[in-house]
Order: sequence, then structure tokens, then C-alpha cells
Amino acid sequence: MKWNGWGYSDSRFLFNKKGQAEFTGKRYRLSGMIIPGLKDWMEGTFGANLQHKTQPVLNTSAVQPPMLNEAFVEELKSTGIPFSHEADDRVFRAHGHCLHEIFALRDGKIGRVPDMVVWPNCHNDVVKIVELACKHNVCLIPYGGGTSVSSALECPPEETRSIVSLDTSQMNRILWIDEKNLTAHVESGIVGQDLERLLNESGYCTGHEPDSMEFSSLGGWVATRASGMKKNIYGNIEDLVVHIKMVTPRGVIEKSCQGPRMSTGPDIHHFILGSEGLLTAIIKILYLRDHEKYSESLIDMQKLYHGLSSIFTSFLDGLKKFYITKFKGFDPNRLCVATLLFEGAREKVLQHEKQVYDIAAKFGGLAAGEDNGQRGYMLTFVIAYLRDLGMDYYVIGESFETSVPWDRVLDICRNVKARIIRECKDKGVQFPPLSTCRVTQTYDAGACVYFYFAFNYRGLSDPVHVYEQVEHAAREEILANGGSLSHHHGGTTS
Amino acid sequence: FSNKVKFSLDPMLKKRDDFEDILEERRNTSDLRYALRCYTPALYKGLTPCTASELKTMVLQSDQLLYVINQVSKETGTATDEIQSEAEAILEEMAHRLQLSTIRFFAFTLSKIFKTLFRSICVNEEGIQRLQQTIQEQPVVLLPSHRSYMDFLLMSYILYTYDLALPVIAAGMDFMGMKIVGEMLRMSGAFFIRRSFGGDKLYWTVFSEYVKIMLKNGFAPVEFFLEGTRSRTAKSLTPKLGLLNIVMDPFLKGEVFDISLVPVSISYERILEEALYARELLGVPKPKESTSGLFKARKILSENYGSIHVYFGQPVSARSLAEGRVDRSQFNLTPRHIPRKPSEGIQDFVNDSAFRLVRSQEENMVLKPWVLLAALLLQNQTAGNKLGVLVEDLTEQAVWLRDLSRQFGAFLHWPDHIPPSRVVSSSLSLHRSLVRVSEGRVQLNLEPELLSKAVVVLSCASYRNQVLHVFIRAALLASAIHSVAGSRKQEIFNAFSFLRNMFSNEFILRPGAEVQDFEEACYLLVKSAVLQVHQQEVLVTDRGHRTLAFLTSILDPFVQGYQMVCRFLCEEATESLTEKQFVPAVRKFFIKHLLTGELKYVEVLSSDLQKNALAALLRLGAVQKLRGGANEGTLKVNTVMVNSLEDTLGGKQDFLFLIKNFK
Repeated sequence: MKWNGWGYSDSRFLFNKKGQAEFTGKRYRLSGMIIPGLKDWMEGTFGANLQHKTQPVLNTSAVQPPMLNEAFVEELKSTGIPFSHEADDRVFRAHGHCLHEIFALRDGKIGRVPDMVVWPNCHNDVVKIVELACKHNVCLIPYGGGTSVSSALECPPEETRSIVSLDTSQMNRILWIDEKNLTAHVESGIVGQDLERLLNESGYCTGHEPDSMEFSSLGGWVATRASGMKKNIYGNIEDLVVHIKMVTPRGVIEKSCQGPRMSTGPDIHHFILGSEGLLTAIIKILYLRDHEKYSESLIDMQKLYHGLSSIFTSFLDGLKKFYITKFKGFDPNRLCVATLLFEGAREKVLQHEKQVYDIAAKFGGLAAGEDNGQRGYMLTFVIAYLRDLGMDYYVIGESFETSVPWDRVLDICRNVKARIIRECKDKGVQFPPLSTCRVTQTYDAGACVYFYFAFNYRGLSDPVHVYEQVEHAAREEILANGGSLSHHHGGTTS
Repeated sequence: FSNKVKFSLDPMLKKRDDFEDILEERRNTSDLRYALRCYTPALYKGLTPCTASELKTMVLQSDQLLYVINQVSKETGTATDEIQSEAEAILEEMAHRLQLSTIRFFAFTLSKIFKTLFRSICVNEEGIQRLQQTIQEQPVVLLPSHRSYMDFLLMSYILYTYDLALPVIAAGMDFMGMKIVGEMLRMSGAFFIRRSFGGDKLYWTVFSEYVKIMLKNGFAPVEFFLEGTRSRTAKSLTPKLGLLNIVMDPFLKGEVFDISLVPVSISYERILEEALYARELLGVPKPKESTSGLFKARKILSENYGSIHVYFGQPVSARSLAEGRVDRSQFNLTPRHIPRKPSEGIQDFVNDSAFRLVRSQEENMVLKPWVLLAALLLQNQTAGNKLGVLVEDLTEQAVWLRDLSRQFGAFLHWPDHIPPSRVVSSSLSLHRSLVRVSEGRVQLNLEPELLSKAVVVLSCASYRNQVLHVFIRAALLASAIHSVAGSRKQEIFNAFSFLRNMFSNEFILRPGAEVQDFEEACYLLVKSAVLQVHQQEVLVTDRGHRTLAFLTSILDPFVQGYQMVCRFLCEEATESLTEKQFVPAVRKFFIKHLLTGELKYVEVLSSDLQKNALAALLRLGAVQKLRGGANEGTLKVNTVMVNSLEDTLGGKQDFLFLIKNFK
């Protein structure tokens, strides 16, 4: 794993000696491939120049020595729970993936970091750690996958107490599966892809697949009210969780039954879900879905109509590209692509597929085939790596999202994009910014809109500050236009 | 350029563009070729043009209209298709049918007419460039000042000349009476709205949807007159808010990113309707707009009306007006197609914006030297100077006033390269119908008979009025200083607030900006070395008296007029006096007192002043209008209060007394 960027250390975008964009490693379908359109897109969209490259500074010696609470450490030793105060362990857990966090790391700036890391192995370990922390006046910050984008892992610089990072990575087991009730008892530290893999081995899945599922943990999903790409079939995390056990400084909270619904309110889960990492370790049970038909009924398609997506065509295979651009007359620069995943029992999938294709045809769209769909789906995992490439070339950016009633979707897209462009101009950004959006989730009463915003910061003295001002303005615009502050971006820490 | 609204305190810093005469080219090249030339305006980004019938369909199928049709159907029990066809009929009556051929026809004929009537039509080209840019980026609302029938044809003529998108113009229904002309105007982009449609929900919805759809989609710039009607006095009128509310709505509801509001100031050196307005103000009824009437106006063609200046102001972004003032999320909680009365906060915001826009219209009005001369001649005349003023003296005064108004930031077009005496004499000769010069002395061209005298005085006042916005705040302060015995700042401020409140139907004074206006007045008078303003005190300098005297006397006719209206209400108003009878009765009363010499300002005969005074008294609660039954429209006078207001205006009573008693 990278300590100052997204994902696996072996996977990254780079420009090779021939100046072609390449994605390294072997993990993804895109790995080892040359991406022909990327260089032009970077240069054209941001005015980025391959000659102007930033150099990340590596400097672990800048880490402050740990501030230990001796009494706490002594008692912790007696419990046998493993811990560490090595500099790299602490730095690794001192940040999530907010732009300002990564930017500072690349700049070699390391602020306040945890003084110590502990690795509980089970629920009871967590109970003990929390007790000791209360007794000795020590701060705890829970750490799961480290993919937070809401500053939840940031250590407050003014904190004078010893800060301990509680890493849940060792609590990664499925304790039991209850086939009668289609539930499972899972520890909070399990990472999304492991959970899916292990369940699949038993013939089940949860269907919860956020973009970050390779790295984010179950506890993080709960703490941030996460939403996954397949939520239309399986639901969001709040629909999946039946039971939560939470350790708090005042004791353990859990419901006394595992019934699927109760009328007595307010639902204690609502205080826990989305509480953004303020609470400690979480253990839970999930609905399972029949996994039988899963593999054979996965069908993808691309719906195309007027809109925008320029890189897409570079991924199309030759004949298809010719068919779409020449024969059907789509302009590759004004092309709208939808990646749709159909999943479930065969009849259901076929029925859904037909419905969607009929709608597409009505508006002049066409299906681009399963292969392209698979690529599109895979792209959502790889896209997070793009930010690191941008940062190599003076481009910073981030995504943010909202949920909004249907009748306001187009208005909010237009206004927020326009606001970003205007604010960048006002704040002295020298190059036109990238300001784009897509609908990523649909509900009966509205949709989730996902914005990408990035710009070339050459010539700015404090790019992160400018970035934050513009993002703040964009959020104001979202609120003024009837959008919510966020749809799912608590990010996924724990 | 910056989209931010800036109202700089220092008027000297105001930077204005240069003008270019568009008639010059018309005099040198063929009008026919000009009328037939290729016209390819820049359009709103990504616009797909839309035909008039497509537009109508969009209006008739809009969610808002369908909702209201259903609502009305439920309320009245009428079938929806019946209401639907009623809506269609309304739209038919309203909609414009903009045609390029008609525009070309006007381009040709107006070129001919303009060349005979006017010496020049000057336009600020930078303003045009700004507009051209803005039209491509945002939906645009054009807000010209309204002084003449000419205004909207002139606007379209200019936009055609510069190859800019032609506007659609909100026009009063009275034009439709002029058969052929009405249709011609419709084909040149006018759409017609009824003067009043009070509670007619259906009409309002068709109308507002029609305007909003044109604006939102950027089909054409929407043009209307904030003042609602032509100002007969050349003073800006209190803005009407209906249409401004409508055009702000798409922005407030997030249906567009922003709306650009472009104030346009049209100043005529001589207004075509000059004498017509004066007669109208004196109670000679307004001739109904008719085609034959327009042709009778042909004799106008033989006269010289000087030049016209058209200044396209800095586009004002609705977004920046609303920034920090309006919480747009209030519109998120109801579906946007359900009509809702704007909240109080929104109403205040729109009202405040309207005042700002009218004020920026005022500020960019070009003032000719004659405007200053008219002010001076009127003051001389009421001072009782029977022989008139020596030309040299008038020139000296005019130069003094020129310098003063420049210090106050007036947009004065005084040709500095010509000797002042020549400037004065050429102004006098252009307006020879109003002044006479004999044996080196100048005076107003007054006849002994009162009403003919009043026509000349009111015509003259309509020129003086053009400069009032420059001096109004300082004049209120000067009058306040004059009426307060001491020099205590607080007392002077109280007096200032009283006068400002009293005259806020008469002049453009933004509601709630009294402290700002007071500070602005102080600033200007300190800068021109008239006052010294200390923490507690306001002192007049030795040099300051001339300026203060001028400023007080510029406001004096209004003070006296309002006082006399109060007197009339106390002394003569009967129990059964109605609003309708008010103006004729006041006029009679005034004529009586003018003939006895008790009243010295003939210009108080202006019905505009009388109506404004009544509106102020109604607003202050000194007079009440009864509603309903046989007493509908009857005015009920609170004699004690009116009396007290009169005394306060006359300086016979302390302002504090009044403030205490009537707050």
C-alpha cells in the first residue's frame, strides 16, 4: 500500500519513456495497458505539461517523537494486545484521502500524528482498550481501511493528550453464517473485497460495493453511512445492517434481538450509522443474498446519447468505435456513457435489460456490449489512482457528491459546474478547471450526482487553500439548489 | 470586467465610457443597404433558436400553467380544456411575433426619421461590447429608462445597428389600440400586457411563464421598463416590481446560473413629448394612443431635437445582488411549479435591487448644459427677477454650477473646448421655445396667463429635474441644516430622516439606506468645502453658504408643494373627497393661491407632485383611503397629523416632536 497516495504500491498511472500513459502492476484489467487518450486529455483539459513535474518529498525524520502515556502503556502491555510506536506505523495511520492530507504528505509536511498504534484482535480487546483509555485519559482514533475523505483521521494539532490509533485490521473474520435467516456475524475490520470473497466461497454476497471496497472496511461503512454501486438491488449500508455492537466509553451498546424491523423508536442504529468515526469499534451482521445465478447473469451494457465523455472512446475496440462514431454519427466529444450492471436471477436480469434498452432506444441510445461495460465498471476502481497522476503534474482535484430531487438534477449540475468555473477564475486559477459530473445512483425521489473538480495549480502560492475555497463555494451552490450536503462521502474509515 | 455591484462612495472615481454617434454613418451610407444588410447576432451559448409557435407550445405545456389550470378548474368548476383555451387566447393576445423583415422596415424608416429629428444618437460602444459578451454567457434583461415613446424602438434600432440579439419588449396594452402600429410593434418584438390584472391567476401565470421561458432559454433578451410608464417629469419613477420579480425568479429557483440585468440610460437633449407632458401634468387629458394621433405628430418632424445619449451600463448580476442577502434554499421545500407569493425577505430584496438599478440608470444619464441653465433660470424666475438675468451672470452661475455638479459626480456633457458663453448661447437657442433673450438678458418665455405660463415652467422643470438625482441627498441635508436651529449632528440627522422619508415617493431613495444617504451627503458637502462634520456637530463654512442656498432652493418647490397639499387637506377637504377628486380639487386650491401670490412656485401645479404628496401622506398614515361600499376611495384625513406635518415642513415645529408623535 502507498503511504502518500491511493491504493497498492505497484499500481499507478505514469507516462513511460515514450511519453505514453500506462497503468502499472498486474491487479486490474487495465494493468500493463497503454492508455492512448490520456496524455492529450491531461494536456487539453488542464493545460498540464509533461515537462512540469512535481517531486514528492519523502522525509519520515520529520515525525515528532511519540508522546506516551506511560501508565496506559504499562497496563496495555499486561493485556497482551499488540501495539507499536514506530514512526512509519504512526504516519501511515495519521491521514485519510482528503486532498489537503495527501498534498501535505507529498510535500513532506507531517503534522500531528498518533503517538501509538494498537491492534485489537477481538471485541473484548476493544472493550479493554476503551476502558484503559478512559482510565488514563488517552484519545482513541479508530482506523479501518484509511480511505476517509472527511478528515476523520486527522489528529487535532492542539491535542495535548496521548493519541492512540485503534487499528481494526486484525478483526477481519466472519464469525458465523446463519443460512436460515440469511445473516452473518462479521467483525468490523474486514475489508470489503475480503468480505465479498469469503461470502462468495459459501455461495453468498452482500452486494455492497463502494468504489473503495478494495480497501475500506465494514466498520467504516457503518460509521459513514456508505452507499455502494449496486445499491438499487441490494440497498445501502443502512438497509444491510441488522445488528450492531458498539463499544463506547460508557459501555457496550447493542439491541437485544436480531429481528429485521421494530416499531419502537428512535432506532438506536441511527445514532451509530453515519456518526463519522466518533464512535469506536463496530461488529455486525449482514443480510445475505442468494448468490447462485450471480456469475452467469452478469451482463453489462453501455447506453449512449448526447452528453460528454471523451476518454471513453479510446477504450472502445476498433470496430465498435467505427460503428459508433462513423456509422451512428456519435461525436466522441459529446458522447454520454452509462455503465449499467444487471445482477440477480436470470429472468429478472433479462427483463431489466429489455426495459433499459427500450428506454435507451427511445432516446437514440444503443448498447455497447458487455466487454465495454466490464471496462466501465473496472474504471470506477482505477479512477482513484488518477488523482496521484494529476498531482505529479501540478493538477489537484477531488470529487464530491450530493443527492437531489429529480426535477433539480439538471439545474444543480449546470449551476455547480458554472460556479466552480467562476470561482476558479475569481481566485486566480490560471487554467480552465475540469468541472464535470455524472449521476451515480438513482432513487424514486431523486438521484445522487457526483462531481469531479480539478485544476492545474501552476502559478498559485497556496493551491490547497484555493481548492478548499472553491469546493466550499461549490457546496454552497449545491445547498442553494436543493441538494444535500453529501450522499455517501463520509468515506470509509472506521 | 467585474460582475460585482459596486456603488463607489466617491463619485469622482466613477469611470464612464466614451460615446460614438451612430447617425454619422447613416448620413454617409445608404439606408437601404443598411436595412437589408446581413444580420447575424451572437446568441446565448448553445442556443437552438425557437419559432414563435414552438414558444407558445412550451408555455401552454409548462408545469406551472398546467397546475394553475387544474387549480382554477377545481375552484370554478369550469372544465380544464375551457380554461386551457382561455389561456391560449391570453397568450395569443400577448405574444410577440418578432420578424426580421419588420425590423428591417423600421431600420430604414427610423433612419430617415432620426436623421431629420436628431443631430446625433450617441452610444457607448464599450457598453455594447460588454452587452455582446454578456448575451452569450447569461440570459439578459435590458432595463432602459423611460422618458419617451421612442425608447423601445430606439433600443431595438441600436441593437440592430450593432448586430446584437433583438429584445422582446414588455409593452402596455394601450399600444394595441393603434391598429396597424400595434401590429407593427408586435412584429418588432413587443409583447402586450394588460395594465392591471389584479387577482387573475391564469393571466398572471401565462404572462410570467411566457417571460420566464423566453429568458431561461436565452431565446432573446427581455426588455422592460422598471419605472412601469414614461416619466412625464424626467425624474425617475419609483420602480414597479412585478416584472423584476418574474425575471429574478429563475435565478432564485436555480433554473439558470445567473441573470444579467443591464440598466440602460437614455437621455434626450429635447424630449419629443415636452409640451405634451406639461399639459398632461396640468390636467389636459392624455390623448389616447391612436394611429392618426401619431401622424399628427408629424409637425414634430420639422423641429430640431438635439442629440440622444444612450448609455449601456455595467451588467448587474442577479447572483451578486443576492449574495449574502438571500438564502436560496428557501425555494427547495416546495415544488417549483406551484406558484407561491414571494416571502417578505424576497420582496425586500427585489425592491432593494430595483432601487439600485434605477439609481444606476440615473447615474449614467447624460446631462446637457441646458439642464443646469434650466435650474438656474427657474430659481431666478421665482426669486422675482422680472427683467431676467444678464447673459454674463447666467454664464458665471452656470460655470459655478458646472463645477459643483462635477464634484458631485454628475455625468455632465459640457464641451470644455468651447468658451462657456458659446455653450450657454447655443443651449439657449436650441430651447428657444422656452426662453427668450433680449437686450442681453435671459428669462423664461412666460405668458401672463397662468396655465400657459405653467406649461413653460413645467417644461423647464422637466429639464431641471434631470439633475435632481445628483443633488438630492445633499439638498435634503442642506434643508435639514436650514430648518434646525443649532448645529447638533443628531438633530440634523433627525431632520434629514424626516425630509427623506417625506420625499421618498418623489425621488429615488433606497428604502432603509438613510444612514448611508446621510453619510454620502456629508461626504459630498465636506469634499466641496461646504461643511465641516465633527463627531457631534455639523458646521457650515464661510464659502459654503452659496452652495447651501442653491441646494435648499432646489428642494424648495417640493417642500412648498407638499406643505400646500397638507394645507388643502386641513382647510378644504370635505368629508366626501375621493382619491379621484383629489387632483382637480388641489389644483383649484393651488390656482387660487397662485393668483393671490401666496404661493410662489407655479410648478406645484404638477399633478405628479400632488399625487406623490398624497402617496406620502397615505404611507405615513396621515390620510387613509377607505375601502368598500359607497365610501370606496374616500380619503379620511387625520387633521392633527397633517397639520403637524405641514408645520414641520415649514420649520414651525421641531422634527423630534413629529417623530415622537407619529412613530
